[in-house]
Amino acid sequence: MAGKRDRKEQMKATALYPLDWLEERSGLVGGVKYFLFRKVPGDTDWWHTLGSATLTAFLVQLGTGVILAMYYKPDPNSAYESVQHINNDVTFGWLIRGMHRWGASVFIILIFFHMARVFLFGAYKYPRELNWIVGVLLLPLALLEGFSGYLLPYDQTAYWATVVGININGTAPFLGPYLASFLRGGAEIGPETLSRFYSLHMLLLPGAIIGLITLHLYLVVRLGVSSPPWSKEAAGRGREEPPPDRGSGLVKPSPRGVTRRPD
Amino acid sequence: MEPQQGQGKPHLPPPSLWPIGFAIGVVCILVGLVVSWPAVAVGAGLTILFGFLWVRDVTAASRRRDLGTELAAGGAESATEAATAAPETGDRFPRSTFLEGATLGLGAVIGGIITVPIVGFAIAPVFQHTHHDEVDLGPITNFKEGEFVISTFLVNPSEGEITRRTAYIRNNGFILNKPSFTVLSNRCAHLGCPTQPNGPMFDNRKIEQKTAAGDVTLIPTLPAGGFGCPCHGGQYDQEGNRTAGPPVRALDRYEFYIRNGRLALGKTYSVAEVIGAGASARIKKYRLTGPGQHVDGPEQWFYPLQPPS
Repeated sequence: MAGKRDRKEQMKATALYPLDWLEERSGLVGGVKYFLFRKVPGDTDWWHTLGSATLTAFLVQLGTGVILAMYYKPDPNSAYESVQHINNDVTFGWLIRGMHRWGASVFIILIFFHMARVFLFGAYKYPRELNWIVGVLLLPLALLEGFSGYLLPYDQTAYWATVVGININGTAPFLGPYLASFLRGGAEIGPETLSRFYSLHMLLLPGAIIGLITLHLYLVVRLGVSSPPWSKEAAGRGREEPPPDRGSGLVKPSPRGVTRRPD
Repeated sequence: MEPQQGQGKPHLPPPSLWPIGFAIGVVCILVGLVVSWPAVAVGAGLTILFGFLWVRDVTAASRRRDLGTELAAGGAESATEAATAAPETGDRFPRSTFLEGATLGLGAVIGGIITVPIVGFAIAPVFQHTHHDEVDLGPITNFKEGEFVISTFLVNPSEGEITRRTAYIRNNGFILNKPSFTVLSNRCAHLGCPTQPNGPMFDNRKIEQKTAAGDVTLIPTLPAGGFGCPCHGGQYDQEGNRTAGPPVRALDRYEFYIRNGRLALGKTYSVAEVIGAGASARIKKYRLTGPGQHVDGPEQWFYPLQPPS
């Protein structure tokens, strides 16, 4: 009996050895555990899942976008044909493109729902103001993703919508004409416009969005999730736990309700 | 009770207001790069001046402390005290301070050397002139007097179909023994959609020819109701003047030339308004600006600078 248990323990240790190896050298396992099993208020509900839903929509856009980039040709003479090729010939191409095309709208809609939730719950207030600011920076980047992606199918709708969009930018006072010229890659819409939008759409903007989402999540983990406004444990009615010490947070969690400083 | 963050700690004013002047100087340089070199010089002067004042303000406290330490060191008894207290301020390690500054400074220089060409590469097209050859539209005998023709052609044949443009051309006959043409761009002056003639097009009399401007097609039309834009409903009369809808000015026009009995189009220019009609029209002509931008009236002051076209 005892020998069997020992064998079981030994097998468990062997199976977990790679994780231990990783943990000892990077602390990643603990970090992931901390991220997944961190404490949240007891009365969080479905409204609090909108941020994760937005993140999921973005990850879907990333995945499908990478696959679409394998087949898409950012050249005025072949862009339209390559999209038709993806839709009609490539296996499951219609599905991937459909997910990317509709997922774009889902992403934007979820962003607005998430923003409305944060606003109406007052979750942007102290100490989470910076996270609201990061979110406000993410919003126009997401809208620009939509705008730059709209040109890529290069059909009549895409072309003229982009002409109109760029010219709306051009009517901004003072620097508008330069902004329009920058977006066009010159005085007129030409071959450079498409590759420019393609580069913005799949390199610059996603990179910026990934960076800001990382910061966004870091702040969520560091500051914790806010209670809903109807919560019994809402802040402002005699706070029992002072905010954690400086230096604790993602890396060095402080136990809840325990003050570190002795003075 | 432990004091909370932000409580019991007076909010100190920023140590210096000179950064504002510094920022104005930088703005002056950037604007000057677009407008004129003297403005850059003024901006550089402001930047250096306010930068110096800023640095002087920021370092004032530490310079005073240096002085204080030296004075304290003069006393025999306080010398040891100063020696033990000084390392906390970091003033006793000017070499590490120097190395820190040197690392940051060199890093900034290297970063600048890399960033400037990259950003320049991305925004260069904004400041480059694009040169177009004259567009050859074939013999002027193809243009019947008094009739509008929808002409499509390539402005830059080497770049292909994407440079295909459309113009409405009307032969106004001769004035003072010189041929006169009205050449309207079809680009709507609202937001750049392609306008359409309000009237029948005569496809059966379509002329297709190959010239230096690629495949040039001429389709006669009778725009009895002028021209209209499908996007947001802008309407123009036969001279290109706006009659209804959101456009802010008249349709743009092309300069034209007669070369060996053939019609050639030159640069495009913007038009505020056309008075009169046909060969005797008086055209209020401006340099080409983007759709939606006013070229006259007080609104033109919103667009004092135009990138080269």
